[in-house]
Order: sequence, then C-alpha cells, then structure tokens
Amino acid sequence: MTVGTPKYRELGLTDSEFELIVEKLGREPNDVELAMFSLLWSEHCAYKHSRKLLRRLPTEGERVVMGPGENAGAVDVGKGYAVAFKVESHNHPSAVEPFQGAATGVGGILRDVFAIGARPIAILDSLRFGELDSVRSRHLLDGAVRGIGHYGNSIGVPTVGGEIYFEAPYEHNCLVNAMCIGFAKTADMVRAAAAGPGNAIVLMGASTGRDGIGGASVLASAELDEGDDATKRPTVQIGDPFEESKLVECCLELLAKDLLVSLQDLGAAGLTSSAGEMASAGGVGIDIDVAEVPLREADMEPFEIMVSESQERMLAVVEPERVEEVRATAEKWQTGSAVIGTVTEGGAIRILREGEVVGEMPVEALVDGCPLYDLEPAEPEGWIYGNRTTLEETASPEEELLALLSAPSIASKRWAFEQYDWLVGSRTVRRPEQADAAVLQLPEAGNAIAVSIDGNGRRVACDPYAGTIEAVLECAQNLACVGAEPLGLTNCLNFGNPEKPTGAWQLDRAVTGLADACNALGVPVVGGNVSLYNEGPDGPIYPTPVVAMVGELPDASQVAGNAFVNEGDAIGLIGPFEPNFAGSELAKQRGELKMDLAQPNIADVAAACAIVRDAVRAGKLASVHDVSDGGLAVAIAECSIAGGIGCETNVEHLRERGAQPTEALFGEGPGGFLVSGDRAALEELGAVLVGTVGGERISIGAGDRSLSVSLAEAREAWTSLAARAEGYAA
Amino acid sequence: MIWGVLQFPGSCDERDALHACEVHGDGARLVWHESRDLDGVDGIVVPGGFSYGDYLRAGAIARFSPAMEAVAEAAAGGAPVLGICNGFQVLCEAGLLPGALLRNVELRFRCHQVELIDERGGERLSIPAKHGEGRYYAPEEMLDELEGKGQVAYRYAEDHNSNGSVRDIAGVTNERGNVLGLMPHPEHAVDPLTGSTDGLAVFDRVARVAA
Repeated sequence: MTVGTPKYRELGLTDSEFELIVEKLGREPNDVELAMFSLLWSEHCAYKHSRKLLRRLPTEGERVVMGPGENAGAVDVGKGYAVAFKVESHNHPSAVEPFQGAATGVGGILRDVFAIGARPIAILDSLRFGELDSVRSRHLLDGAVRGIGHYGNSIGVPTVGGEIYFEAPYEHNCLVNAMCIGFAKTADMVRAAAAGPGNAIVLMGASTGRDGIGGASVLASAELDEGDDATKRPTVQIGDPFEESKLVECCLELLAKDLLVSLQDLGAAGLTSSAGEMASAGGVGIDIDVAEVPLREADMEPFEIMVSESQERMLAVVEPERVEEVRATAEKWQTGSAVIGTVTEGGAIRILREGEVVGEMPVEALVDGCPLYDLEPAEPEGWIYGNRTTLEETASPEEELLALLSAPSIASKRWAFEQYDWLVGSRTVRRPEQADAAVLQLPEAGNAIAVSIDGNGRRVACDPYAGTIEAVLECAQNLACVGAEPLGLTNCLNFGNPEKPTGAWQLDRAVTGLADACNALGVPVVGGNVSLYNEGPDGPIYPTPVVAMVGELPDASQVAGNAFVNEGDAIGLIGPFEPNFAGSELAKQRGELKMDLAQPNIADVAAACAIVRDAVRAGKLASVHDVSDGGLAVAIAECSIAGGIGCETNVEHLRERGAQPTEALFGEGPGGFLVSGDRAALEELGAVLVGTVGGERISIGAGDRSLSVSLAEAREAWTSLAARAEGYAA
Repeated sequence: MIWGVLQFPGSCDERDALHACEVHGDGARLVWHESRDLDGVDGIVVPGGFSYGDYLRAGAIARFSPAMEAVAEAAAGGAPVLGICNGFQVLCEAGLLPGALLRNVELRFRCHQVELIDERGGERLSIPAKHGEGRYYAPEEMLDELEGKGQVAYRYAEDHNSNGSVRDIAGVTNERGNVLGLMPHPEHAVDPLTGSTDGLAVFDRVARVAA
C-alpha cells in the first residue's frame, strides 16, 4: 500500500463514495465495515455504471417464472416444470490463472442455478482469447478449456455447447463466460430472500479460507496492468468439484424435503454479499458470528472471513426446529454445515466475534446505498482497434475459402469440446457441431429445449447497436434451426471501462440494441451479468455482449442436423440475408475493419425464423444451418464437411441483393438459413435454390470469383485447430 | 432381472446407469455406498463418475466402501457385476478385475463416440467413451494369460484406441466371467435419440451370466 493513500481508495472506493458511507453510518467505518462496503459498492456487485442502462431491457413475459434479481432466471416449460439459466463472467480470474479461473467460473454458475432449487443439466461456455499465434493466448485457451472440463466433467453436468473467438483485443483480457441450465419442478423452486426473525443462518459446504480475498474489488473492478499476473495470483479462488458435487446433492435433497426457508450461493464478496442480499431481499436484518464459521486457517480476521471467496459454499435460512435435520442431511452427503447466525428484526447486518460486535451497518446502505452513475458516452471518431493484414487481396477465391475455414474463430472446435463430457444426464440429443443449437430432451415435461450462446465482439465493435441486435438474431436463428421457439434470454455484457467516453458509448448502444431486439422478438430478459473494465495496456476489449437464449421444441426427434445428407438433395437459401463485406472475417483478414455495419431488419429475420422453425418441426428439411461467420461459402462448406459429401452451388443471384461476387461468397449479415432437402419442399418454403448436394468437391459459382475445392482440402482446413492450439512454442 | 446401481459421493453417471438398467431389465434401484446390504438385487452396476473426487487415485477410496464389500461377496457368489469407467477403475482397485487404468496417452480427458469389438462374437458396437484415465495396462504375462482364458471382453476397433490401451483392450472380465469392466459407457447408449442403443448389448452380455 502506498504511504499516504487512504485505505478506502486502495479498496477501490472514491472520495465521495467514502463520504457517503460516513454519512450513512454517522461515523467512519471500521476495517470490517470498510472491507464489506468496498466489495458491495464495487461495479461487480453494485452494477453502479450499468444498472440505469439495464432498466431499458424488457423482463416480463407469460412464461417467465423468475426474472432478474434472483440467483438465476427461469421460464416455464410446461407440466409444472421450469428451466433455469444464467450466464456469468469469470474473466479477470481467468486472465490471471486460466485453469482455476475457468473451473471456478463453472462452479459459481452451477451454484447460482441450484440455489433456486434447479438441478443443473447443462453447461455452455463462451470464450474469447487473443490471436492463436500468441503464446499467451494458447496458454489461456489450454488452461480455460482444461478448467471447464475439470469442473464440469467431475461434477457430472454435460457441457453441451459454446463458442470460442480469437481476436487481438482480447490478448490481455480473455473472456470466460460460463452458462448453466437447470431443470426443476416449479413448485420446488426457492427464492433468495431471508425471512422469519429468529431463523438460523446455516453455512453449508466447504470451510472458509483466505483464497479469493478481495477478488471482487481488487480484481474485477480495476484494469489489469502488465506484470499483475504474479502479484494478483493469491486472490484467485481454487475450485473443488467433488465438494460441489456433494453440495448440489445435499441442497437439492434439503429443498425436496422442504427443510429450507431460502438458499443463496456464495460468490463474489462471499458471506458479505450473500448475507447482505438475502437480508435486503427479505427486508430483515442478519447477525453473523464469525467465530462460528468453520475455517481453514485459525487466525483469520473477521474482515477476511466476511469477504473470503472460498468456493463451494451456500447460505441457507432454516427454521430452528429443522436445523438438526438439515445438519444430518449434510452429514449424509459428507459436506459441512454450521449455524453461523440468526435472522433479526430491523434492518441491520451485524458482524460479531464470540458475541462481541465488530461491525454493524444498515442493510439498505450496504446493499442498495451505492450511488448509481450516469454514463458520459461519446462516439469514437474512427476504428480504435487497429488492423492486421493476413490475407492479401490478390488471393484466389479458393485460398480465401480455405483461409476462412482454417481461421481459429471459424474452424471446428472439436479439439475443445471433446475435452468436455457432453452427454452425461442422457438429455443431449444433439452433440456440439451436429446442429446450430444444443438440444436437450426433457422426458419429464414431454418436450425439449434448445440453447444457443452467441456474441461476435468484432461486429459489435463495428457498430455496437447493430452488432448486439445481430447477436440476439444469431441466437434466434440457431434456435430456429432446431425447430425451437425462444422462451427467454440472458446475457453477459463484457465491456471496457464505462468511465471512459468510448466504453460508455459502446455499452449504451449495445444495451439499446439488446432492448430493441428483445422487444421486437418478444423475448424477455430473465437475468444478466456485467463485466466491465476489461482493458489492458493496449486498450479495451471488443465490446462483447454475450447473449444466451433458451427455446422450446415439442419433439426432439424432429431436429434436423447441419450436415448435408442425401446425394441429389436441393440446396436453398431462406431469409433476408444481404451479405456485406463490413465487419466480416474476410475484412478482418484483409486488414480492412472500420466503424461500419449494415443495419439489420429484425422483423424480416423473425419471419424467416418462423418459416424455418415450422419446416423443421414438420420434418421438411434434411439439413439446416444458419449463415454466419465467413458468409455463405463457409456455411456451404461446413454443411458439406459435416456430411462428408460435396455440392454444386451458385450464389450469383445475391448480386440482386447488392452483393459483389466476393461479398456473395464471404459477406456476412443476419437472416440467412442454408437448407437442403426435397426440391419441391424447398420451393414451397420460398427458398432461393442455390444448388445440389453430391460429389467429392465443393463448387460455388460466383461469376469471376467462382471456386471449387476438394472435400478433403476443405476438411483439412476446417479441422486444423487442434494442431495449432497445443504447444507453447511461438 | 433387478439391477442395483451403486452411488458414491462424486458418482456422476448413476442416474444414467439407473435409467439404462430400467430400460434393460425388470427394474433398478440405487444402492448407497454405506449400505452393506444390496437389497436383493440380481446384478450390480458400479457406475462412472469421480467417486470421492478421484482423489488419491481413481477408484482408490471407493473400493473401501461397505457397499463394495457386499459387491465382492456377491461377485464371489457368481452375481453379474458391471463396472463402467470409474466403476471399472474401482473394480480393478478392489482386485475384482485384473490390470489397471492409467492416464490417457495424450494426457487429456476425451469424450467421443468409439467403436468396440465384442471378442466373443465379433459384434461391433458404437458407444461413447469419456475419460482422462482410461489406458488399460497389465504386464505382458498377465495379458497373455487373460487372452488365453478369454478374459478380454472388448477391444477398440481399428483407429478407435485413442487412450493408448495395451493390445487395444477396452474391457475385461474376471476368470469366471461374471464381473465385467469397461471404459466406454454403455449406459449412455440406450436411446436412439441420444446416439445409439448398442449399449444394451453390454448389459445383455453381463446379464446372461445370471441366466
């Protein structure tokens, strides 16, 4: 600590925030109180730069069971069942220590879901790293993938989907966003509000140590400087999936037996946050005696116990006469349980040590008292992220196609997803890369759900408003590809510093885009998470709203895959796809990125989604794949590679939509579905016929840019990630 | 036939195994690891997962559970016992099956569809495998003996031995043939919607011992 700097500033509070705390307490806070305030008043916990913006999002819908404010959102899937879901970032810890950062990211999001009484049934993850030719990026990729696998595999929850992008602006701030899906009987679900003065506060699970102390304020709300890796390592949490596995089973059994009044996970800011939020939600007070908290190290200070981010812990409110039964269940599952406090009347959170008060604060001041800030957005004057040319304009169309197929962001992610158990639970109807969305059957409810997670930061950087709408549309299109109708959406907003004009502008435009897209599609936002200050010495990350959508489909056996199936099938294009060079992967490789992106027509895309959804449900399509990164040519090649069968196609008609030949091949934009099947069926759907399935080559007519590559060359390019992802040599 | 599926802290696949047993047999129930009583079941599945977190060594702690004592007795009496993945590791640790499972040759967990050959009839099965420690190992003399006695139950088909198992061995039995362990997961292959139904053949093979 620098001599002369006030402690509160070291903890991330501003002078005026500190003055406000003094005003609310009527005195200066002691160290315990200061530590607790600094964490709950951090961006990570208080959303002080984003909360006002988030009020723009639509949160209501007839299928919404739980909305924002609970540990996870949930939607009704029929027959008395609900699906819960949430996505959360663990970016800063993963940038410091990727294995544990990603592992505990998974552990944390699982707890959010079983905290509301839902059994976790699937994990998805959305990852961003710097370019793959960077040693650091490969180190982070390898560690994060191993970490996700380690936790998810060991706890028996399948990792069914996700996405990975590699872009230079993530070099110093990788993104690790983990999503969990849960399944519950709606009647068994529980909220997080503490209630009933006199009830016991029971800490379940692992003991409390010094790991992760200060994570929320020191890590998550400050920019990372070069050289920080070593000094910040002690604040990264260590995960133990075995402990969590027991804790899941124990908590679900307690809820099934109706032994808990409420339940809350311990995440960022540990006991401080969960106790504070439970008290705030219930309008009650809480006493916690830190001497009753089982510790890993005997000499921990009260403030350390209150802010520790030791993993695999839950906080429950239990009626006194049920405490013994709760403890017996914990013993059965060989996990910890300790009564550490009491629900009280009035609105104070009191921290005691062996009965002596060491901290006392009004809950309202601690949890809801943090000032909310208005942003001061200003649009940057031009492209702030730089350009790097890796593909010359003189390249042939064949070279361009192979360069795009082997681009790490586009190439097959088999190397990564085969390190995850994607099938445990017997619900996974479509494996990763078999279809555009993950499909999970719900025999209990007699139907199935589909899940997609998307967010192309590069396109959002080109236009935060249009790019964010595209992320929502991409999810909706992916769901349509498997015949699913959206039920709800969650998101994780990964952005740079909101106190800087550009960061503020990106965030403001992106949230507006998210709100407009959700309103137009009629999809409610049931939860979300915000990760700001993702900036390093080279500037901010691409603004990256990661959008995750859950949809419902009546019959999982009717899901089409994305692979061409039958020799002779017609290939068609459905939807208002208008390929554009702006913001495309090809524009990136040519080093021609700038502030520009076509404005999407949400209503037209929604109409196309409905056509495709109905056609899939009716079993009219042999394959369906949305046109995304790399444009139509890449979509065609992916369908061929997946099916092991070539095709003869022509995309020249896209000239009518204003596309030059190169744009017709590789231009990007929302709204396109590449389908195959019976010719008459495709015509009936209004598809523009573009070719026929068959042969050993992928041939695409595009005027003077026509191309033809062998299936083998295309496959080699598309499956090249594994060889490049492993190894640490530059 | 009624199946019992053991449940340890850290088991992951016990609910899948229970479902597969229900599909295959006449009923199935979970058997808690602390139970010395197998509750009158006809056959036992020791399921996959990470019993006791796989701490110390995969399967090393679970083998000492009261339920495993009961399984050893039942196995000695000729009852069919199927160990899947972690269950295979537990049975090897318990000495009910020969050999050991080492870390995959590529040192990574891998989840993918593999093809197996049933050494008895040559039947080819498509079943998922998912493990980080699935490389079957036994000394040469022991392997010769196992082959001689027909104890190699399943081998990986050509190009499907991704974990580096010696002699492509995916599953083995005890000498009597009533205890079978394998790394791939037949319980994840009982529903056409999630992949294949080839896993039922593995349950059949074990159940036939009881018939």
